[in-house]
Amino acid sequence: MASLATIFGSGAMTNSIKEIEGMEVIFTIGSNTKETHPVIANRMLKAIRKGARLIVADPRKVPLVKFAEIFLRLRPGTDVALLNGIAHVILKEGLQNDEFITERTERLEGLKKSIEAFTPEAASKITGVPKEDIIKAALLYGGSRRAGIFYTMGITQHTHGTDNVNAIANLALLTGNIGRESTGINPLRGQNNVQGACDAGCLPNVYPGYQRVDMPMVKNRFQEAWKATLSDKEGLKSTEMIKSAAEGKLKALYIMGENPLITDPNIGHTTKALENLDFLLVQDIFLTETAALADVVLPATCFAEKNGTFINTERKVQLVRKAVEPPGEAREDMRIISELSVRLGYPMNYSSSEAAFEELGNLWPALAGISYSRIRSEGIHWPCPTKDHPGTDYLYKAGFPRGRVSFSAVEYIPPAELADDEYPFVLTTGRNLFQYHSGSMTRRVAPIEAHAGEPYVEISAEDASRLGIRDGLMIRVKSRRGQIGLKALITGRVSEGLLFIPMHYKEAAANVLTSDALDPYAKTPEFKVCAVKIEKINSYEEVL
Amino acid sequence: MIKVLIDGKAGAVKEGATVLEAARMLNIPIPTLCHHPKLSPFGGCRLCIVEIKGIPRPVTSCTTPVTEGMEVTTSTPALEDLRKTVLELILSDHPNDCMLCERAGDCTLQELAYFYDVKENRFAGERRIYEKKDGNPFIERDMEKCILCGRCVNACEEIQGVSAIDFAYRGFKSKICPPYEHDLNCEFCGQCVAVCPTGALTGKGWSHKGRQKDIKEVDTTCPYCGTGCGITLHVKRNEVVRVTSKESGWNEGWLCAKGRFGYSFIGSPERLRTPLIKEAAGGFREASWDEALEYAAKRLKEIKEKHGPDSIGGLSSARCTNEDNYLFQKFMRAAIGTNNVDHCARL
Repeated sequence: MASLATIFGSGAMTNSIKEIEGMEVIFTIGSNTKETHPVIANRMLKAIRKGARLIVADPRKVPLVKFAEIFLRLRPGTDVALLNGIAHVILKEGLQNDEFITERTERLEGLKKSIEAFTPEAASKITGVPKEDIIKAALLYGGSRRAGIFYTMGITQHTHGTDNVNAIANLALLTGNIGRESTGINPLRGQNNVQGACDAGCLPNVYPGYQRVDMPMVKNRFQEAWKATLSDKEGLKSTEMIKSAAEGKLKALYIMGENPLITDPNIGHTTKALENLDFLLVQDIFLTETAALADVVLPATCFAEKNGTFINTERKVQLVRKAVEPPGEAREDMRIISELSVRLGYPMNYSSSEAAFEELGNLWPALAGISYSRIRSEGIHWPCPTKDHPGTDYLYKAGFPRGRVSFSAVEYIPPAELADDEYPFVLTTGRNLFQYHSGSMTRRVAPIEAHAGEPYVEISAEDASRLGIRDGLMIRVKSRRGQIGLKALITGRVSEGLLFIPMHYKEAAANVLTSDALDPYAKTPEFKVCAVKIEKINSYEEVL
Repeated sequence: MIKVLIDGKAGAVKEGATVLEAARMLNIPIPTLCHHPKLSPFGGCRLCIVEIKGIPRPVTSCTTPVTEGMEVTTSTPALEDLRKTVLELILSDHPNDCMLCERAGDCTLQELAYFYDVKENRFAGERRIYEKKDGNPFIERDMEKCILCGRCVNACEEIQGVSAIDFAYRGFKSKICPPYEHDLNCEFCGQCVAVCPTGALTGKGWSHKGRQKDIKEVDTTCPYCGTGCGITLHVKRNEVVRVTSKESGWNEGWLCAKGRFGYSFIGSPERLRTPLIKEAAGGFREASWDEALEYAAKRLKEIKEKHGPDSIGGLSSARCTNEDNYLFQKFMRAAIGTNNVDHCARL
């Protein structure tokens, strides 16, 4: 998201979900949409029934591939090579949108130079995708003026995630496939309110509404509004906080509704870091793995027990309504934060969640026109600056906020950790259809546990037969950071040399294995590629 | 636009619209069972029959496109008689156990039987007796209640692209089932459950949790992925007993397995009920809110004084609301005095 914001001025989906229906070409890359965003996939199927054509790029044969005209099965971590290859063909075939490029972009020459070497042959060599398919995809995407690109963590969770996003942006800029209805760049966000958490300012470098903490004018405005003295020093990103805690610099951590022990890379390292803190305060609805390490645990409310708003992946502000009373003495998060704040000498007093939302709207014009009463039956897409503004389905209709947008010359850099003789497999991680993230919610839902309650590792039939592994056999997966034991699932979804482990299962947590190598700009960990080896075992006990 | 006259009411519809769509646009009710506005027309139940001037026999309005100047009559004694006969035929093979059925009060078939006053059935006779054998934990399939309207088959194919079920056998033995009558093994999105007009398909978790009476329905937003589907929580005695989604919402009533069936964590016995403080020995003890908040505030204050505000960090949550997140970052920035605030956007 950070990289998309750097390019265009905003790090959100440029289209609304409804617009998918009007797309001519849908290009998903690094997104297992059918399993991680099933209802967005429904919308894609609807578009396909109306004649849209689908390109899927993924190292795994994800379920959406069934509906694709072109499947680009690239090697993990080679996205830049694939995207540069596609850009190369688009330029070579003259499919670029010259009018758009002249009016709204700059630095095309730099891009041209950087992708000169990425002929379909060269890109094919790096990615493993047949060159004919790269050409076909380029002709299809480049030939359309109503094409949408969709991506998720398969693009960002790499040491070169920022490069991946830049390479995607290049394609949209080359073809002018952005800034109009039913065409744009659409990062699908994986959590109900990750968009809102960013918008509300839970980022170390910006206040609510992406207003930078290191700009004196902005700081002064917030100081005035909040009647407090604020720091202009950019804060630590979550992955940096863990590192800083491990080094003994960060002394206390207040965690609300997150379970970094399961979701952060290299669990061994995260555990040590959290244990190294002087004080850990966790506010959650369950005693999660992270909460178990806390000094104080505060019982909070879940979505069904409070009023408020979420902002979904398409920038739509929607109401959350209280349906049930919380268990025991559990309290609303807003109330807990306020009471803590009062005790630290900074009074906070909100009569309702709506009062807090209004304050947020006063500080960020994009939300200023939205009120609870306006979104009672249907949400509104930001930006919505005034009370009579209908909201904004797609961004950049009137041009980019920063004027001309730059093409980025993107070099291909291999992943931080590659398969070698000792660790011959590449492991990639992600979600499956039934479980959700760290599992603190879904693993407490009986039917989901009954159906998908067991960890597994996907392995190709070729590898399995070579190593004498039967379907359902317990195997041990080892990386340089740790090892886990889990059942083998033989499937055509992964190709030879590739393994996939869903991240949800603490008893065989994928993040014991993953690398904490980070993207240098976004500080996103490389969950999608690390090197592992496998061994046969007979039961869980042997691992423990 | 094409002009049409239905029951004496004039209207104009766009080309390709069916007689049924035109009638609904004009607010003229026509009973249906197999029709679903988000699915292809099926023409199976024959309840939507109408008379069209110039056509000698009744036709199904859901599959007949409007033509210029078409004159339609939706209700005559003969049509109503035919409709009642159709209902009687369907009900002749339907368990008469509404008092036990999960869908009672929310069942199109029950509604129509009531409306057409189907008390005695002239066609009572042989019934299809099916053994329930699904082991899946999500969807209950009571195929004796299935009226073969095909909505579930269409939803599974058209909306979900899965085609896990289809019609099998012929005539009286017709039934809807997975290939080879195996156990259902699919994405368990429950779109089939959402479109079923009878009690044939229901949620396994719904059973005996409450039907219509004393149920409070609360419209809210799904707490799982970033799609943000509109959901409706059905609440009885402070418990969420069912989740549905409104067809009129932007997600058209479609959900996934998590959104539709993954709600029981809300009332989980494992929920935290009181504040906890860790004891020296390593275990937790229950504490009052005052004690826990005082203690937490004291520790944060001490650390801030000794090591400075930047020695404290805060991780906020993409699970929580905008309002929670806004307050959290304000707390970190204004009360603690640091910009060390982030959340899981990268994970």
